Amino acid sequence: MFGMFGATLLLAFREIRRHLLRSFLTTLGIIIGVAAVITMVTLGNGVTASIRDQISSLGSNVFIVFPLRGDREVIRPFKEDDVEAVAKQIAGAEEVAGSVSASTTAFHNGADWTTSVQGVNNAFLRAQSIDVEVGRPFTREEESAGKNVCLLGPKVRDAIFVPDTSPLGEEMRLGGVSCTVIGVLAERGQGGGPNQDQDNTVMMPLKTVQRRFTGSDDLQYFVIKYDSAYASSAIQDSLIDLLRERRLLQEGADNDFNIIDTAQVNQALGAATGALTAMVAVIAGISLLVGGIGIMNIMLVSVTERTREIGIRLAIGALAREVRLQFLTEAVVLCSLGGLAGIALAFVLSWSLASVIDVPFIFSPAINLLSFLFSAVMGIVFGYYPAARASRLDPIDALRHE
Amino acid sequence: MGTSPETRPLIELEGITKTFGEGPAAFQALKGVDMAIESGDFVAVMGPSGSGKSTTMNILGCLDVPTSGVFRFHGIEVQSLDRDQRSLLRRRYLGFVFQGFNLLARTSALENVELPLLYRGENKAARREAAMRALDQVGLAPWASHSPAELSGGQQQRVAIARALVTEPDVLLADEPTGNLDTERSLEIMELLTRLNGEGITILMVTHEEEMAQYARTIVHFRDGLVERIERGKTRVAEQA
Ligand SMILES: Nc1ncnc2c1ncn2[C@@H]1O[C@H](COP(=O)(O)OP(=O)(O)O)[C@@H](O)[C@H]1O
Ligand SMILES: [Mg+2]
Repeated sequence: MFGMFGATLLLAFREIRRHLLRSFLTTLGIIIGVAAVITMVTLGNGVTASIRDQISSLGSNVFIVFPLRGDREVIRPFKEDDVEAVAKQIAGAEEVAGSVSASTTAFHNGADWTTSVQGVNNAFLRAQSIDVEVGRPFTREEESAGKNVCLLGPKVRDAIFVPDTSPLGEEMRLGGVSCTVIGVLAERGQGGGPNQDQDNTVMMPLKTVQRRFTGSDDLQYFVIKYDSAYASSAIQDSLIDLLRERRLLQEGADNDFNIIDTAQVNQALGAATGALTAMVAVIAGISLLVGGIGIMNIMLVSVTERTREIGIRLAIGALAREVRLQFLTEAVVLCSLGGLAGIALAFVLSWSLASVIDVPFIFSPAINLLSFLFSAVMGIVFGYYPAARASRLDPIDALRHE
Repeated sequence: MGTSPETRPLIELEGITKTFGEGPAAFQALKGVDMAIESGDFVAVMGPSGSGKSTTMNILGCLDVPTSGVFRFHGIEVQSLDRDQRSLLRRRYLGFVFQGFNLLARTSALENVELPLLYRGENKAARREAAMRALDQVGLAPWASHSPAELSGGQQQRVAIARALVTEPDVLLADEPTGNLDTERSLEIMELLTRLNGEGITILMVTHEEEMAQYARTIVHFRDGLVERIERGKTRVAEQA
């Protein structure tokens, strides 16, 4: 029986090779459909992973609180006493820390580099799970006195320090402010927003940056890392109450601040990708249906063209089901080849698109396998009618054909 | 098979009719054909065009069924078999040679000859060996890898004969096998058929040409869908020589 099937398979390949261009054009619908599905799913996975990555770079169980334009169209910034009040009064808050930043240029030994300086305290590093790879974090004294010490992002170190030399203890300049390097931060990658490279930063004590760069005691935002044993909604509610009270907001007035909950963003993201996937499935379904009808059409043409051949096969004793199997095999092989071409195209497309939009390329064996099997099944579904028609031909009529 | 094949002819036709179409357009091509053919015979079927020769051959070849009448082959009543059962009969007992050769184009002579063995489920090595032997029998072993387009008409018909032979059939049916060939090629084919008949294969052949019919042992004359007369036990060309 294998001899029969092997020969049938061989014959199918031979027929397809004989009409190479036609076979290619026929399977184009499947190729595009399969490639579209796989590319979208692969890119979707990449985008999701990249966003999740950025969110997790903000830390898990973290709220980020920043001021909005209020009723009087003026931003009412948060101050350090807000941070202290939250830390003291909100149950479950483990770390509360403010941050300010400014763009600047870093100089060392004649080299310069455009970067930003971020004013934070150690509590911020803990809240955001930022590690100091080399050297040490700030001391309490450096924080409270606003000393000119700095922690370098790895990009800044690479840009202005000689490779393989330790920057620790070196003097460098940020704009007009000189500082002593006390440590280098661990690599974190992209995050926080578009074009925001978290490794291209210099951190100094909050007080230093407020005094020397931003010129006020305002905070741009603050973060709260909370104990995961507490419900995030409960913490959020009490946080809103506290902040409204401190900002003297009237009953009915809108909040003039915003709270981002990383857990909520994660959920919203899942829902968004789910909707996207459903849409892709519909589009792919339509394109595959069109492709399938193309396959059916070309198989019917092939049956007509090869009527005489079918007559010969029937005359020498082929059973109806053997003729049907031959054409069905051809349709399945054709569709499977289309599926494989689609997979190859999707690989190239999603790999290059992933690098263009700067998300990771995450190869999903499941969607590739599924698409391949689906295209093979399409061969059965759309090849069945032409194959059945071939098998029902009358041998005498078929032999007389042409 | 309920009855012993030894006691009765290989092929029996009793009151075979064949009507094409229905209603007022119906046309009766065969009007009650009776004929018996013994195993090992070499039969030439002759008659004017449209007299029902091909229709009879198609029934004998189990490609078609009669409208009425009984067709027994090896004692089996073929008219009551279904399509697939008749296919199995063809693949087991029958070989076909057509006027138009009917080889698969763009397929080597060897693969053409292997084709019937494929449907018998033989493995590749067995197919190859048997096909080469059959090609050798028709003197075309050196042409095994050539496609039909690269062969002359006579050679193509010999490939077709090799394809019919390869399953070692009981009966070889040939409907005007020399109709597309010149006299010299035709005589070569007839010599080949005579040799095969000598090896025990029953041959049924339709021909227009008296010269070709002289190779047969029995000549059946058709006229208007009926057997007009049968000449049996003729002295054949091969035996005259
Ligand atoms: N499939 C068919 N449908 C209708 N008429 C047919 C068909 N096949 C054969 N005939 C008719 O039956 C008659 C006998 O045909 P055929 O057996 O082919 O004659 P021969 O082979 O002796 O020339 C012819 O008149 C032919 O037109
Ligand atoms: Mg005829």
